[in-house]
Amino acid sequence: MTAMELWYRIVDLLPFEWAEPGKMLFMKNALLAVLLLAPIFGILGTMIVNRQMAFFSDALGHGAFTGIVIGGLAGFMQPLWSAVIFSIVFAAGISVVHYRTRMSSDTIIGVFSSIAVAAGIFLATVGGNSFTRLNSYLVGSILSITPSEIAIIAVILVVIIVYWLVFFNRLMFASINDVLARSRGVRTFWLETLFSVVIAVLVTVSMSWIGLLVINSFLVLPAAAARNISRNQREYHRLAVLISLVSGVSGLILSYYTETASGATIVLITAAIYFATLFMRRLRA
Amino acid sequence: MRHEGKCVRESEGCGLCCTKIENLGVKIGENTILRDVNLHVHCGEFTVIIGPNGAGKTTLLKAILGEVKHTGRLMFMQGSGIRKERPVIGYVPQHLNLDPTSPTSVLDLYAVSRTRYPVWLHIPRKVEQRAKECLAMAKADHLLYKRLGSLSGGELQRVLLSLALDPVPELLLLDEPVSGIDQNGLEMFYELLSDIRRNYDLSIIMVSHDLELASHHADRMVLLNGTVLASGTPQEVMESESFRKVFGVR
Repeated sequence: MTAMELWYRIVDLLPFEWAEPGKMLFMKNALLAVLLLAPIFGILGTMIVNRQMAFFSDALGHGAFTGIVIGGLAGFMQPLWSAVIFSIVFAAGISVVHYRTRMSSDTIIGVFSSIAVAAGIFLATVGGNSFTRLNSYLVGSILSITPSEIAIIAVILVVIIVYWLVFFNRLMFASINDVLARSRGVRTFWLETLFSVVIAVLVTVSMSWIGLLVINSFLVLPAAAARNISRNQREYHRLAVLISLVSGVSGLILSYYTETASGATIVLITAAIYFATLFMRRLRA
Repeated sequence: MRHEGKCVRESEGCGLCCTKIENLGVKIGENTILRDVNLHVHCGEFTVIIGPNGAGKTTLLKAILGEVKHTGRLMFMQGSGIRKERPVIGYVPQHLNLDPTSPTSVLDLYAVSRTRYPVWLHIPRKVEQRAKECLAMAKADHLLYKRLGSLSGGELQRVLLSLALDPVPELLLLDEPVSGIDQNGLEMFYELLSDIRRNYDLSIIMVSHDLELASHHADRMVLLNGTVLASGTPQEVMESESFRKVFGVR
């Protein structure tokens, strides 16, 4: 029995009409994908919020989009891989320019981000081409995910956990005070660039499932919600992953009944949780 | 005090060790921030750097840390007179780039800076114990589980000092915050530094904004404004012509 068959057996036990044996495999695939994606976004999002990189990760999505357009133009069968390369270069580019010029990162990110979007749209429509074929990247569709793609996500999850086990402390230290971290031998530039690259790859790979327009919320919102009620990094991580999982699963199931895009539905639920935790924080204070 | 951690160094002092700064200059773009800075700091000495805003005090610390490019020479000598390329430097920054709501506890900060145990997953008891002992050096052990954002200015400074002392450095650099610390906290901090200098025999260079406390506790004072205008005992410096010019006292 393959892993997917095992998964279908498990889901068949759920009391939903789509969960009946043999029916709606796309829904069951999507559910497994969400269960694997949610922890990845929850974990990495904690550092995005710590480092106040929300705008940066948003720009990375734009870079990835341009990469996909370029890959499509160049005639690659899999524009994804060219997009991954492009967004790695894009992310490293922003880091280097920021590091070299010491200009406000806000401005640099804004400049890079707008160039990426404009270039993407320009290239996509060159020669009178219609843009609509790229709509799937904007809105995303987790329901179209295939078992082999789910396997890729599982691998990414394992890689991210290992990455986090090895690099989290130094990255966190650098984010608290980079001069202090460097005085203790932490090579902050490389750590930060590597983190940008990791986010770039993640955003690029998952864009077609989640959608460029909402993908940044997947990174930022669970962590932002968890932050409201956490007192240390352990609570912060556990809550971010939990919130990410709860909103991911409930959003996906809800979107089945409301017949809405699942990415956006998930984000709205996370947003509701964010405001709930914000309120809890107020009550505590 | 004896325990497993690295908080306490083997008891022997380093005798004649010192930090020598010769003809140090820093240029950022077209602006000359520092020129011809000459300083000689001995172990067991508490040196404060004073000067007006924009005098280059923080830049001097950053040059010693290797953060900014500089001309001239920086030398660190060990007790035996042997030159050392990179001494162990403890650094207490002015502030942290942390938003006040950040879910980062004092223990988190200790653990991310001192251990490889992934802090997001678990912090072992022995690390917690070590953190506590380390914080106790700066009378901050009761703050272990507090969020960094909820600490007062003085509390945060003590936490950062205890971190800078683990392991005990050869050179301790402190960049005092311009404001945000109450008078009691400040006095306690200066007393703490005096004790540390006596107990651990290390060189302390501190950028100070409180002339009175600095003159009370420091062994040496350096008046900096682009270059060293005066240096010596606090009394000598405060009676100098340059001091009067810079601070406008009669």
